[in-house]
Amino acid sequence: MSVGLVEPQVARFDSPFTFANGAVLESHELVYETYGELNSAGDNAVLICHALSGSHHAAGFHSADDRRPGWWDLAIGPGKPIDTNRLFVVCSNNLGCCDGSSGPNTINPATNQPWGGQFPQPQVSDWVRSQKQLAEYLGISRWAAVMGGSLGGMQALRWAVDFPDWVEHCVALAAAPGLTAQNIAFNEIARHAILSDPDWSEGDYLAQGKLPTRGVALARMVGHLTYMSADGMSDRFGRELREGSFAPGDNNEWVFQVESYLRHQGARFSTQFDANTYVLMTRALDLFDLASDHEGDLISALSQAQASFLVASFSSDWRFPPQRSVEIRDALMAAGKSVTYANIETDNGHDGFLLPNATYEALLSQWMHRVGPS
Amino acid sequence: MSRLDLKTVLDWVPTGSRVLDLGCGDGTFLARLRDERGAIGVGVDIDPDNLVAAAGKGLDVIQEDINDGLHCFTTNRFDVVVLAHALQELTHPHIALQRMVDIADEAIVSFPNFGHWSCRLHLGIKGKMPMSRAMPLHWYDTPNIHFCTVRDFEALCSALDIDIIERATIAGAAQHLLGKWHPNLFATSAIYRIRRSGG
Repeated sequence: MSVGLVEPQVARFDSPFTFANGAVLESHELVYETYGELNSAGDNAVLICHALSGSHHAAGFHSADDRRPGWWDLAIGPGKPIDTNRLFVVCSNNLGCCDGSSGPNTINPATNQPWGGQFPQPQVSDWVRSQKQLAEYLGISRWAAVMGGSLGGMQALRWAVDFPDWVEHCVALAAAPGLTAQNIAFNEIARHAILSDPDWSEGDYLAQGKLPTRGVALARMVGHLTYMSADGMSDRFGRELREGSFAPGDNNEWVFQVESYLRHQGARFSTQFDANTYVLMTRALDLFDLASDHEGDLISALSQAQASFLVASFSSDWRFPPQRSVEIRDALMAAGKSVTYANIETDNGHDGFLLPNATYEALLSQWMHRVGPS
Repeated sequence: MSRLDLKTVLDWVPTGSRVLDLGCGDGTFLARLRDERGAIGVGVDIDPDNLVAAAGKGLDVIQEDINDGLHCFTTNRFDVVVLAHALQELTHPHIALQRMVDIADEAIVSFPNFGHWSCRLHLGIKGKMPMSRAMPLHWYDTPNIHFCTVRDFEALCSALDIDIIERATIAGAAQHLLGKWHPNLFATSAIYRIRRSGG
C-alpha cells in the first residue's frame, strides 16, 4: 500500500552550523517528510538518506493528481519492506541541495540574493551532523535504522561510523567505501558540462535570471548512462528508431530510442535540478572516503560502528560495482560486525536499488523484521 | 542433512560459540543453534531464496560461493565452522577443508559415505553409478561431483595435517552397531570434528 498523500515539513535551526571545511551558516532550514508514527519509546525511527538527485520526498504523493510517487515508494509504506505500520520513517533533503533545504537556490540572508556559487561545499559528514540536529528536533535519540542507496548508502555508513550509539541497524545499498578514479572522472565530466554552459555565469545564474540547462542536461545524460547496464539498455531500447527509418535512400534525421530517452531525461532534469547543487553533490561524493580518518584503514573505520549491517549490491551495477560492496562487507566482517550481504541478480544496473526486483524486495522485507520493536 | 546428523552437530557445538555455517540453506539449522545453543551464527549460501529465508529468521547471511575460497573470512574469527553434507558439491574439497580449519578453531564436516555397501553393490554388481532415495540424481546431472568414502576422507585429513577429534556415523537402524564397527562399509553418512594439526 502507498503512504498516500504526504506533506513536506520544514525545520528551522537558528544556531550556527559549521561545515567540515570551516564555512559557517548562521541559520538554516531542512525540509523533510515523515511516514508512520513515532512510538512513545522512540525506538521505531528509521532515517532514509537520499542519493545524488533524490530528495526528502521518498514515498507517497504530494497531491491527488500527482502521478509520480516518492523515489523509494517501492520500499516504504504500509506492508512494504520499510513498514510504516510499525516504523516511523524520516527522510530529509540534504543541506546544500535544491528541494527546499538551505542550498544554492535559497536566499542568502546576508545578501538577500540566492546563494548560488557562494553556498558552502558540504561533505557527507556535514549531512550526517545536520540530520542529527533534525533527529533531536523531532525528539529522536537513536535510529532503529539508517538506510540508503548509492550516495545515501554511503551517508548511512558515515552515520554508523560517526555516531555509533545512534545507529542500531545500517543498510547500505549499491554503495562504496569511497570513490574510485573512474567515479570521480564521471563526476568531473558532469561538472565540466555544467561549467562550460555559457549560462552558468560562474554559478550566479539565478541572480542573473539565467539557467544553464544545456550543461545540466548533458551532466544528467552522462550520469543516467552510468546508472543503467548495457544489457538493460539493449533490452529496453535495442537499436530501435524513434524517428527516421533504415530504408535505403532514407536521409531523414535518425533518432534512436535510446537517444530520445536520454534527451528527455536530460531536458526534464535540467529545469528541475539546480546546477550549483549538482556541482556540490558530485563534489561531496568525490570527497567521500570512509577510511580517510583512519589512515586508509577501512576495517579500523568500521570498527567504530555498533550497528548491524545489511549490504547489498546489484550484479550489473558498474557505477558502484558489487566488488565495492564486497569491500564494505569484508571490512565489516574483519571488524567483527554483524552483516548480511547479497548481490542481487539484475539488469537494472546501479538503479537496481530503486526498481522492482522480487529477490531484492523480499530480502529487504525479511531483513527489516529485525528493525524496530518486536 | 538428516535429523540424526543435525542432532550430532548440535551436540558438538559448545554453548555460546561463534559459528559459521557453510551452505546454510534456509537457516533452519543455524536458527536452532542460536535458539538452543546460544550460538552467534553466520550463514553462507549462494542461493537467493535461501538468503531471503535465512534473513527472515533474523540471521546474518553472506551470499558467497564456497568454491571461491572463503577469503572474506579472517583467520580465527569463528569457534566452529560447519559444512554439512556439502563437501561432495565443492570444486576443491581439499582447499575448502584447509581454509575451514584456518577460519575456525574447529570444523564439523558431514558427508554421505560412498563406501557404503549399497553403493559398492550398485557399482560392483550393476556396474553403474549408485542411485538411491538419498542419491536420486544421475551422475551427469548432479551437484555431487566429489563423492568420497570414510577412508578417503580420513586419508585426506592425514595428508592435509588435519587432526580428527571425533567421528560419528549414521547407519540404518538395523546396522547401527555394524556402522560403528566398520563405518566405511556400513555408515550411510559420517560426521567429523576436525582441527588443524597441533591447533
